[in-house]
Amino acid sequence: MENILQQVGIDNYIYLSTLLFCVGIFGVLFRRNAIVMFMSIEIMLNAVNLLLVAFSTYHQDAAGQVFVFFSMAVAAAEVAVGLAILVAVYRNHNGIDIDNLKKLKG
Amino acid sequence: METNLALLLLFAPFAGFLINIFFGKKLSKTLTGTLGTVAVAVSFAATLYFFLQVLQTKTPVMVNLFEWLHLANFTVNFSFQLDQLSLLWLMFVTGIGTLIHMYSISYMHDDENMHKFFAYLNLFVFFMITLVMGSNLLIMFIGWEGVGLCSYLLIGFWYKNQEYNDAAKKAFIMNRIGDLGFLIGIFILAYLFHTVEYDLMKAELENGWSVDKAWLGIAMLCLFIGACGKSAQLPLYTWLPDAMAGPTPVSALIHAATMVTAGIFMITRLNFLFNLTPDVLEIIAVVGAVTSLVAASIGLVQNDIKKVLAYSTVSQLGLIFLALGLGAYEIAVFHVITHAFFKACLFLGSGSVIHALHGEQDMRNMGGLRKVMKITFVTFLISTLAISGLPPFSGFFSKDEILMTAFHHNKPLWVIGSLASIMTAFYMFRLLYLTFYKDFRGTEEQKHHLHESPTLITFPLIVLAILALVGGAISLPGMSWLNEYLAPVMAKPAEHHHLGNTEYMLMGIAVVGALIGIGVAYAKYIKKGEVPPADAQITGVTNVLYNKYYVDEIYTAIIIKPIYAIGSFFKNVTEVALSGFVFGLGRAATLLGNQGKTVQNGSIGFYLLVFVLGVCSILGYIFLVK
Repeated sequence: MENILQQVGIDNYIYLSTLLFCVGIFGVLFRRNAIVMFMSIEIMLNAVNLLLVAFSTYHQDAAGQVFVFFSMAVAAAEVAVGLAILVAVYRNHNGIDIDNLKKLKG
Repeated sequence: METNLALLLLFAPFAGFLINIFFGKKLSKTLTGTLGTVAVAVSFAATLYFFLQVLQTKTPVMVNLFEWLHLANFTVNFSFQLDQLSLLWLMFVTGIGTLIHMYSISYMHDDENMHKFFAYLNLFVFFMITLVMGSNLLIMFIGWEGVGLCSYLLIGFWYKNQEYNDAAKKAFIMNRIGDLGFLIGIFILAYLFHTVEYDLMKAELENGWSVDKAWLGIAMLCLFIGACGKSAQLPLYTWLPDAMAGPTPVSALIHAATMVTAGIFMITRLNFLFNLTPDVLEIIAVVGAVTSLVAASIGLVQNDIKKVLAYSTVSQLGLIFLALGLGAYEIAVFHVITHAFFKACLFLGSGSVIHALHGEQDMRNMGGLRKVMKITFVTFLISTLAISGLPPFSGFFSKDEILMTAFHHNKPLWVIGSLASIMTAFYMFRLLYLTFYKDFRGTEEQKHHLHESPTLITFPLIVLAILALVGGAISLPGMSWLNEYLAPVMAKPAEHHHLGNTEYMLMGIAVVGALIGIGVAYAKYIKKGEVPPADAQITGVTNVLYNKYYVDEIYTAIIIKPIYAIGSFFKNVTEVALSGFVFGLGRAATLLGNQGKTVQNGSIGFYLLVFVLGVCSILGYIFLVK
């Protein structure tokens, strides 16, 4: 375990996950396709997972890895629900471009 | 036994009220009428029993039901007191009440709401009995308010006529003004004596309880204002003439014989307190005398038969207050009783006339009824002679006593009272001549239907006329049964006027005065055969009198108009300002909302951007600023 961190170093993990997170944010903000946005969200989620695992190793504490398992299970369920919603949206609107979804306008 | 009988006396009319109000509609008209009459007759019988008992034993019957209120050092019992004064009052309240109920069976027979009429009449008698029987001021106050309520209900009995409703409201409001005074008076007395029981107050005074004279004076003045409202004295008298809107038996029962005497009863009841405040008595005497003169002068020119009687009632009540103010409570009671007899008879007689003419009340359209309505005429004549104060009719004795007392105490008041008496003789005979003499002036149709009233109407008339004839016997000058009888409830012994030359001269003056009044009426309406002119042709002083000195108009101008002005000020200025402010707040909120809702544009991308910026700024704040 330790040698992995010795080989790469904790700071690199932090940079990577920050980078992944930012990629996710920009994906969510600037893409109009709902599925791509969805994927971006998943990237953000996994960026956090990566960080958790890295810190868990750094601190010699397995709890972080356990959390990641939970988080991934929840994410899987969330993906199922999210995709189902997207399918429903597609059927009603013939598309999943979020610019067409303005029913919540006040 | 005594308790039960006293309760029967009190609650018999109330039972009649309950039955009539809830089941009256299903019962036949004769039955509701009979029920109402019997209910009051039962009370009369019970009163008679107690009256005879107290006459023998000379000890009052006290009935204490339960403790009503108990505060630190102040207790009010729900108790009743049947002593000489209250029994005397009950005698004529229930006695005349019974006769008038009987009369109403026939008089109201064509009315669709007859059961309601009897229910209200019974309720009235119930409250009147409560007023008279109560052993403390609070119970009297219950009855006091109750009779006011019944008066309102009965004046506005024909509620489909808006004028009658207005008259009812007027009576109620005028009475309320007086009631406020009465209530304040009770409060002050409760503060001074720590009790409102008559006997306890009296006992405290006898035991040398020191009372603040100034406060007592204010209390008595307040009570007198209450009496003014109920007994129609200046300046609160204007409701009584308008109260003639009610059916005639109501006028006879409530507005002549019983309710209006409540104020007199109260003052007589509290004579031991009023004696301590001679200044208030002075005021009472002056108010009474002036009222009697003012009302009599208005009565001179009225053309509505019931209005004349109404003003004569106010005038006679004024004379009674004059007697009260002079401290001659026995004489006041005496005149109350004789007045109850002849005034009830007069009102019922006028009712009989109105009945025969199918609702006609204007004397200009009457005349000549003497030939068709013999019984009504004779009874009316007797009562008219009685009210005019001619011997040997009852009114002579009581009125003469009042004037005699006035002469001994205060000459100007005697002059005023005598003038009022002369006027009374004039307008009463004017009424008699216009109604019963000469030829009939109504329509042919009415003439055709003229008839004497049925026995149920004439019987009470005859009884009352007999009483009006002989009623004076209870207190003959020199040997007064009444004074002796009332002595236990009076703080001071009655004055005895030695029948000397002065007294005979005064009697002579009174009789001559009455004869002058009658003579003038005779010359004017029989000899010359004058008929009062139509409303439009009335001019000069007569017009002022005919319009009752414009008192109603004055009240409208100085009280009602300003109140309306204040009301419209609040409506037009204050309300507009306030509602502008409140609605302004609402409008501001809506405006803000309209602006704010543009943020919510429905674009998910925009929401996310704002969301991310928000998170960034929070994080930035936490890490950088802090």
